[in-house]
Amino acid sequence: MSLTRQATPAATARGAAVALHDVVKRYGRGPGAVTALDGVSLNVEPGRFTCLLGASGCGKSTLLSLVAGLDELTAGSIDHVDRPVAMMFQESALFPWLTVSGNVEIAMQVKGVGRAERRRRARELLEVVRLSGFADKRPHELSGGMRQRVALARALAQDASVLLMDEPFGALDAMTRDLLHDELERIWRERNLTVLFVTHNVREAVRLGDQVVLLSSRPGRVLETFDVGIERPRRIDSAPVAELAAEITDALRAEVSRHA
Amino acid sequence: MPSKQEALQPDALEPDTLESEPQDRSAEWVSGLDELDRVPVTETRLGRVGAGLWAATWPKVLALALVIAAWQVIFELELKPAWTLPAPLTVWEDLSSFVVTAEFWTAIRITMWRALTTFALALAVGTVLGIAVARFKPLRAAIGSLITGLQTMPSIMWFPLAILLFQISESAIAFVVVLGAVPSIANGLISGIDYVPKEWRRVGAILGMRGLTLYRHVILPATLPSYVSGLKQGWAFAWRSLMAGELLVIVAGQGSIGALMQGAREFNNAPRVLTWIIVVLLIGIAVDAIFRTADSRIKRKWGLAEVR
Repeated sequence: MSLTRQATPAATARGAAVALHDVVKRYGRGPGAVTALDGVSLNVEPGRFTCLLGASGCGKSTLLSLVAGLDELTAGSIDHVDRPVAMMFQESALFPWLTVSGNVEIAMQVKGVGRAERRRRARELLEVVRLSGFADKRPHELSGGMRQRVALARALAQDASVLLMDEPFGALDAMTRDLLHDELERIWRERNLTVLFVTHNVREAVRLGDQVVLLSSRPGRVLETFDVGIERPRRIDSAPVAELAAEITDALRAEVSRHA
Repeated sequence: MPSKQEALQPDALEPDTLESEPQDRSAEWVSGLDELDRVPVTETRLGRVGAGLWAATWPKVLALALVIAAWQVIFELELKPAWTLPAPLTVWEDLSSFVVTAEFWTAIRITMWRALTTFALALAVGTVLGIAVARFKPLRAAIGSLITGLQTMPSIMWFPLAILLFQISESAIAFVVVLGAVPSIANGLISGIDYVPKEWRRVGAILGMRGLTLYRHVILPATLPSYVSGLKQGWAFAWRSLMAGELLVIVAGQGSIGALMQGAREFNNAPRVLTWIIVVLLIGIAVDAIFRTADSRIKRKWGLAEVR
């Protein structure tokens, strides 16, 4: 078991898919202003799975919105090697007026991909998330876990190398979440994606991440970075995962207690 | 069911099996869980449409029957002379002999043509106005509350002005009908656009949609339920305004429903007046059923509500 706390120098030398430099995000002006993020610097290495972990108020979702370009920085900079990025949310946010296939196709339609090509690729992607038989169903006919897989297929249809995930499995039951961890891990490896994954679930972070970045709360800063050396495939209930999760939980508790 | 859950267990407990043949086992796990999670759909589509239509129709039929019964009772009590309030049967005889005449169908054709053309115009104006008000903040500040205010305005109030502006003409009627329907249609669209869930807008933004593309692919489709209920209300206003207009503005040579009804009153032909009331009621019920069907179709497809 290799649990290291410092960033591996080799990884830093490889360069970053997304690099954040002293990112600051403030909402409002004057004395009522709220600082959500205060000087966050982070290298998201290509092909790696990075988990952003923190308690409420650490601005982890804000950070993801900034990386996605959905929101504007107050100060600092974010460099992308490859844009635009794909993104998935806690809600599947599928469009109810489209079929499952239509929801995947729309990601390509916007980019002007022809109808036949869209169909073909949507079929392929639904196969990847193991929903081949559901192309013509409506989103409401699927379970929560299946909807999230459609949302994942839609994100993959964007054909971006970087995938941002904002607590994508937060609303799912434990068994479904466990299953989706396996699926996501498989797809991430097959497609050589760079994933930036936000969660408040420590075990989930350790289960999935190559690297777990712990953020402080109010304002959000990088508190500590944990390299997860646990061999894959991992299981959320295995001893090494539990061990590292306990260590990170201690650090997280210390941070939360600071606000008492 | 239990056999599927048993199949789930080994994967969840032994990491070795997962490693040795990960593809097959996890595929089984996925489809097993999917199968257990699915909500079984028992009713057929056709059955659902029929049930929806029936649910929308029977209360109206019952209400009609009660009205007829009450009417017969009032007739028997002789509260009003028979030439002003005829018996239901007398009216039924007039109705059944009248509906086979060309005069009747010409009147229906003229009135429905007016209804459709003016409603189409109101639809176009209301839609453009709704999008414009929802998109441009100053425009909303300027006329947003005016539109809501106009909705409460009894449309018959517009007729004196319409007659001054357009004399006794088709335009006078159209003017009032459009004014009656536009606020409802525009408001349906505006509130629909206001309540597009922000997750959908965010997905649109992530997929690279801006401006018109976002409207085309996300915002307009998302407003459909609200738009349809706006249309339904707009139609109700249009239809009322049209009936009021046809009674007031009798265009020469146009034997519309309203014109023939006024004629019947002038000749003290009470059965004919009541015949027209029934016909207009039936048209109202039919159109309402169309809107209801559209509404429940959308709800069913979107999974918004269980169809009764």
